[in-house]
Amino acid sequence: MKRRCVLMLVAVLSLTPLAGAAVEPLQFSDPAQEARYLNLITGLRCLVCQNQSIAESDAPLAADLRHEIHKMIQNGASDREVVDFLVARYGDFILFRPPFKPKTYLLWFGPLILLILGLAVFIRVMRRRTGEPAPELTDDERQRLGRLFSSINEEKRP
Amino acid sequence: MRRYLIPLVVFAVLVLVLAVGLNLDPSLVPSPLIGKPAPEFTLPRVKDTDKTLSRSDLLGKVALFNVWASWCTACREEHPVFMELARTNRVPIYGLNYKDQLDDARRWLTDLGDPYVATGFDSKGRVGIEWGVYGVPETFVLDRNGVIRYKRIGAVTRRILQEEILPLITQLEGEQE
Repeated sequence: MKRRCVLMLVAVLSLTPLAGAAVEPLQFSDPAQEARYLNLITGLRCLVCQNQSIAESDAPLAADLRHEIHKMIQNGASDREVVDFLVARYGDFILFRPPFKPKTYLLWFGPLILLILGLAVFIRVMRRRTGEPAPELTDDERQRLGRLFSSINEEKRP
Repeated sequence: MRRYLIPLVVFAVLVLVLAVGLNLDPSLVPSPLIGKPAPEFTLPRVKDTDKTLSRSDLLGKVALFNVWASWCTACREEHPVFMELARTNRVPIYGLNYKDQLDDARRWLTDLGDPYVATGFDSKGRVGIEWGVYGVPETFVLDRNGVIRYKRIGAVTRRILQEEILPLITQLEGEQE
């Protein structure tokens, strides 16, 4: 019983990206196709309202693209084909997850590189602070130091 | 003194990167169609729906392809620029009427003037999707072979025409077939 409840909860929560979905009854007779459709439209950016997916966006272009994807899936296109179709016309920006390719290496590796650089600087600074030993005093300087200490001690005596 | 050099250089580089980045418009989406052939399409013409406008009509010369709609205020702003350009006969301008009503489109051309050789009526915006249109106005420059060489998102101003589009047209005309 408990396991079923948990599964139900997970299933319902997995639909939360659609909580803001624009009202639109695009039907699929095949639930597998519908699942693919929902997965695709939540992973594609609306180019008009660029912080929303085309599932959520009310923009006319988003509606057009939803219809287009719906049609493509019904005509037998694979997920890959739908994505390629859109990327060919709108570019990588339409994908919410940036692809991993030479053009986006800086995007993917950038934070890691900055972290390593930051750590390197940090280590260097820390070493500099604790590492330097006190320089050796010459005889002259040691005598001066001795005289300074005794004069301080004399001042301290009441 | 030298210990300040590295942070200073890093800071200078950061300032440079931010100065460039903050001056860019992140909402502009660069077109992946630059350098690719213009998409195939056939649409009825706005002024005479018995006739069609297709990709093949755009071939054979350097041409402009302007996406517009009667409901689009920025299109109204750039319209005089295209009228002036059309009067010079410098380059043929073709139109794509995007997600509009036929009557509204016709009235727009009658009232404001028609700078286009022909305008295709794309009421559903399906051809627009083929061109990667996501807002109006958008303007494409095609070379003689129908390859998209330039895309302008937003209104074409006189300055953009002078500084970017006209020099490009001249350059494309000088290219071999």
